[in-house]
Amino acid sequence: MNMMSRKEFGLPDLLGNGKTLKEHRDEVLERTKSTGFYNGLEKLEFKESDPITYEKLFSRIRGGLVHARETAKKIAASPIVEQEGELCFTLYNAAGDCILTSTGIIIHVGTMGAAIKYMIENAWEMNPGINPGDMFTNNDCSIGNVHPCDIATIVPIFWDGKLIGWVGGVTHVIDLGAMTPGSMSTGQVSRFGDGLQVTCRKTGINDTPLRDWLHESQRNVRTTKYWILDERTRIAGCHMIRKLVEEVLEAEGIENYTKFAHEIIEEGRRGLQARLKAMTVPGVYRRVAFVDIPYDHPDMSLASEFGKMNSIMHAPCEMTIRPDATWKLNFEGASRWGWHSFNANQVAFTSGIWVMLTQTLVPTARINDGAYYATEFKLPKGTWMNPDDRRTAHAYAWHFLVSGWSGIWRGMSQSYFARGYLEEVNAGNANTSNWLQGGGINQDGEAHAVNSFEPAACGTGACAIKDGLNHAAAVWNPEGDMGDIEIWEMAEPLLYMGRNVKTNSGGYGKFRGGCGFETLRMVWKAQDWSMYFMGNGYMNSDWGLMGGYPSATGYRFEAHKTDLEARIKKGLSLPLGADRNPEATEYERHISATSKVKRDQQCTTTEAIFENHDLYLNYMRGGPGFGDPLDRDCASVENDLNSRFVLPEYAEKVYGVVVSQDKDEVWKVNVAKTAARRKAVRKERIARAVPTREWMKEERARILTKHASVQVRHMFATSFDLSAKFKDEFKTFWELPADWELPESELGVPSFGAKYRMDLSKLPDVRTVTLVEE
Amino acid sequence: MSVYTQEQVNYLVEGKLDWETTMRMLSMPKDDDRFRMYLNTLQSKVPWDDKIILPISLHLYIAQNKASKEWVTKCSCGHEFGDYRKNWKLEALVYVRDTPEAMHEVYPKLMAPDTNWQVYREYYCPECGTMHDVEAPTPWYPVIHEFEPDIEAFYTDWVHLPLPEKAC
Repeated sequence: MNMMSRKEFGLPDLLGNGKTLKEHRDEVLERTKSTGFYNGLEKLEFKESDPITYEKLFSRIRGGLVHARETAKKIAASPIVEQEGELCFTLYNAAGDCILTSTGIIIHVGTMGAAIKYMIENAWEMNPGINPGDMFTNNDCSIGNVHPCDIATIVPIFWDGKLIGWVGGVTHVIDLGAMTPGSMSTGQVSRFGDGLQVTCRKTGINDTPLRDWLHESQRNVRTTKYWILDERTRIAGCHMIRKLVEEVLEAEGIENYTKFAHEIIEEGRRGLQARLKAMTVPGVYRRVAFVDIPYDHPDMSLASEFGKMNSIMHAPCEMTIRPDATWKLNFEGASRWGWHSFNANQVAFTSGIWVMLTQTLVPTARINDGAYYATEFKLPKGTWMNPDDRRTAHAYAWHFLVSGWSGIWRGMSQSYFARGYLEEVNAGNANTSNWLQGGGINQDGEAHAVNSFEPAACGTGACAIKDGLNHAAAVWNPEGDMGDIEIWEMAEPLLYMGRNVKTNSGGYGKFRGGCGFETLRMVWKAQDWSMYFMGNGYMNSDWGLMGGYPSATGYRFEAHKTDLEARIKKGLSLPLGADRNPEATEYERHISATSKVKRDQQCTTTEAIFENHDLYLNYMRGGPGFGDPLDRDCASVENDLNSRFVLPEYAEKVYGVVVSQDKDEVWKVNVAKTAARRKAVRKERIARAVPTREWMKEERARILTKHASVQVRHMFATSFDLSAKFKDEFKTFWELPADWELPESELGVPSFGAKYRMDLSKLPDVRTVTLVEE
Repeated sequence: MSVYTQEQVNYLVEGKLDWETTMRMLSMPKDDDRFRMYLNTLQSKVPWDDKIILPISLHLYIAQNKASKEWVTKCSCGHEFGDYRKNWKLEALVYVRDTPEAMHEVYPKLMAPDTNWQVYREYYCPECGTMHDVEAPTPWYPVIHEFEPDIEAFYTDWVHLPLPEKAC
């Protein structure tokens, strides 16, 4: 009597054809695999027979998605969503494949699709049931999400009693109750400190959020008002889009809609191949990228001793473009996941690539899962981009992702350059940091968390025909912006003491990388306040291109126990504006000598106490350069000097210019003397360099004696362990003896996770979704 | 399909094309004839008359040696790095910034990598001193062979240009 009847439990025939959602998806995959065309669509019958209606459908749905995003974001109060545009809405077919998406953080084309596929694979229609008016919430990184702070609301779309698709909306929330405040925290070493994680949970019925969900979720985050309004943003957008689809169905009929919902994906698949053939050169491209993980430092307070060590993320990329314009992205040789919060799921890695490529290769409004079906990925299991352990933390997966993708970016730029499409060449992107995060009691007396999204406006990489843009963009959100000072000051108890271009932060080159910017913040009217840093410091993640230099690395400046309260009262000088040259320590001249200052390259830290009138420098990085700096024209260097984009010392040393300042302090470059000086620099280069093969002998000797820092050796050891191919190639290149080995056990650092791992697939009743070659 | 003149492509290569045309190049479908015109531009800029087959860096080309018909990697100054299938960096000069002092030459203190983590390897032409590439790897990292183009497929099937003769 107390059991639900089969009907109440919802034994489904959601598609109205007697097939389960999984059977339907399996058939789509089989037809795709056996024919090479999405869902077996060798012919785009609808598109070809009635192109006007097809295009009408496209324009109406795409317009509706963008409209929903722009409208719904006004509901949010969080500056991350409302100012920075960190949201996205996407429409899927019944198999969970993306049809079209809005603007914004379009990495979630794949991540929300992966959540839908997880529900399909695990028979969600049986339990907990999928009904009209339901809402599901997901932010689980082990099934595809990028990082837990990206919360997705997923709504099924029914028509005439049958499931015909899904709509998903995602926002980046400002806090989700991780062990430290802010949405991308650093102190945790595993998922269990990453904050609230929800696995495709049914959180609403009849278009109404469930009360238990509302109560429970609010208790699990610090910033409840933002949390509630973010959820309403997502729900409103999803419901707008569902309504739009209903109107389209009413007007065009289910038959046309269903055809469209599959043909548009096949069109996307073909579109990517066509663009590859139109813009690139077939061949093999190899690049690599790294990120520092400096956890063996006093300012990294970890609860777990085994995480307190230095290591390096390794992302080797081999991109193969074949004569038939198919392609493969292979990351074999990547390093292992680690006890930090920068790990990434395979879907986050693959889906995020489209955020980049829509900015060059496929600048189209038709981005959907067609691009995924046109691409082969190899992401070996156990690497940081495809962990084989469900304990991994992912709070700031972007830290590795944007760097890991930089190899693809540079490889693509090589192909555009070879082909003559110089307007598309881009040396790379900034390491989008620093991330100012923290929290406590804010100026309004409320429990609060901050995650400054100023790095949405870092410097961009140089192009082959012009400089990168200064303080302009972030690769992960083409719609991003730095936000208004006034809005940030309302949101955070941190006054601006300056916001300036960051001198010397762009990579040098014939064309210079865009400079980043820096803001000096003073804690004001906060209580029980803490903050931390998050960014690159000891290493650069992006390289320059074709003779250009990488951008400058990061550094941190913070000052505690200052006398600023007294100085303000007395009208004395204050630290204002830019920290133009960190060697000059200009800020320190305007605070007491007894202030406790930290000025170093430890750019990832854990929660530290900040009192009122303490200082925090938020330095957003620049982009890499293109081409030999000696080729930069004199007028551009002159402009760099007068705009404070470069320090005079480095204009002389790197650009080889001869400069002087007139009585009005305007810099001039002497063109004739510069030409002579540049000739001399070229000779100096030749004099100080050695033949590469000679240098290789010296480096080989260092490898034989294992002379390198522990973080370098640890990186290689984990890569060797995961890839015999990478290890063999390494040993072959350096002509190492057969018995040369680099076991992790000899490094003298903690090796938790080196041997014993627990994959998600080992959990009972769980069917994982694998979307790449592992 | 977009169409541009040889003069516009010449300006593009010089980085002096007007912004309106550049925007059109960015936003419109690509012009099929670009590669041919691009080669014309590049060929007119180099002081040698070996045929350029494919540019691979700002001052590096895969070119057909006029006398031997071998395909080689060649600097704009005329220096040859050998067979185009081999990694040209192995025949270059290299300067490795692997000390704080060497890094300080190119960035202020605190704004350059820590050489215990990362080094810069600058590859120069032995003849003219042009810096063709800056690698930024960890110590120990093998020299990266960045690009192995499939020139035959590119010329024959993609851009439909006659494949230059190649001595084996």
